[in-house]
Amino acid sequence: MKTVKTVLFIGLFLMSGFAGATALSSFAFDSKEEEQAFRELAAKIRCLVCQNQSLADSDAELAGDLRREVYTLWKEQKSEEEIAEFLVARYGDFVLYDPPMKPSTYILWFGPFFLFLIGCYVLSRALKSKTEDKEVELTQEDQQRLKSLLKDDNDNREITK
Amino acid sequence: MSDQSQTPGRMRYLIPLFLFLIMAGFLFKGLFMDPRHIPSVLINKPVPEFNLPTLFDPEKLVSTADMKGKVWLLNVWASWCAACRAEHQVLNTIADMGIVDIIGLDYKDEEADGKRWLQQLGNPYKEVLVDKSGRVGIDFGVYGVPESFLIDAEGVIRHKFTGPLNYPDIKGVLIPKLNEIRGVER
Repeated sequence: MKTVKTVLFIGLFLMSGFAGATALSSFAFDSKEEEQAFRELAAKIRCLVCQNQSLADSDAELAGDLRREVYTLWKEQKSEEEIAEFLVARYGDFVLYDPPMKPSTYILWFGPFFLFLIGCYVLSRALKSKTEDKEVELTQEDQQRLKSLLKDDNDNREITK
Repeated sequence: MSDQSQTPGRMRYLIPLFLFLIMAGFLFKGLFMDPRHIPSVLINKPVPEFNLPTLFDPEKLVSTADMKGKVWLLNVWASWCAACRAEHQVLNTIADMGIVDIIGLDYKDEEADGKRWLQQLGNPYKEVLVDKSGRVGIDFGVYGVPESFLIDAEGVIRHKFTGPLNYPDIKGVLIPKLNEIRGVER
């Protein structure tokens, strides 16, 4: 079973490489570094048709068109910011995997830290009350009840044996 | 024992339930939200510049400037788009009502297929523009067909319909939006 999994994993891993290669193979690059840089840029852009894929991976037609568009801009020596601006002006922030920080995305950026702080507060309070409640004095009545309960428990254990 | 640090009564045991209900509420709402529906950034922005040939007369070009002064509905469609077939009857109805001029944008399509489509299903369009490469579609932020844009006389996009228009949209969205646009412009 383990070997089957390993073979599957390696197979899929290799195929995933091919998928990326076909998506970008239609473009001409001067060097390996250039291709790598373009691939990294395309990986930051979301394909709007299959939303969990980046522009570097998607085989959707629109992704192909946008890749060509981004490639043209890139070849014109446009900066990454300019390319992002071009895409955001048409498709909105959603097209970028890395959302920009602005009032409408504050909750996205700071929400987790806020929740973390709440968690810290709750945890510290819980720990504090635990240490404070260590000593509990039992009344005579409680002691009696506790004893009888423990005794019952022992009896049961003997019965189940 | 410090009493003030304890939330009084049993209420404190309800806090997790309360938090759970808030989360469940958001998640439940999420079930009915369409992740494919992305709000357009082009609302209240000027129409992107274009200059495109028309389907029935490739010599004739229509540009953004030609549409100035008119309220119009740009409908992005294609003969390969299944949802467009359902939408087409709605467009025919809108054209029959005569409430707004519809301009079609035949997106990444073969001209012959586009023409055959209109012969079979009727032609609600005042003009059909051909965007064979899909380049103008990109400028409009089109990421699926059909999509429709309502554009006012100043050439500003006032509303976007993502996905096929349906009959309730006419009364519920299109007519109120048209009234709003024309009311403001008068």
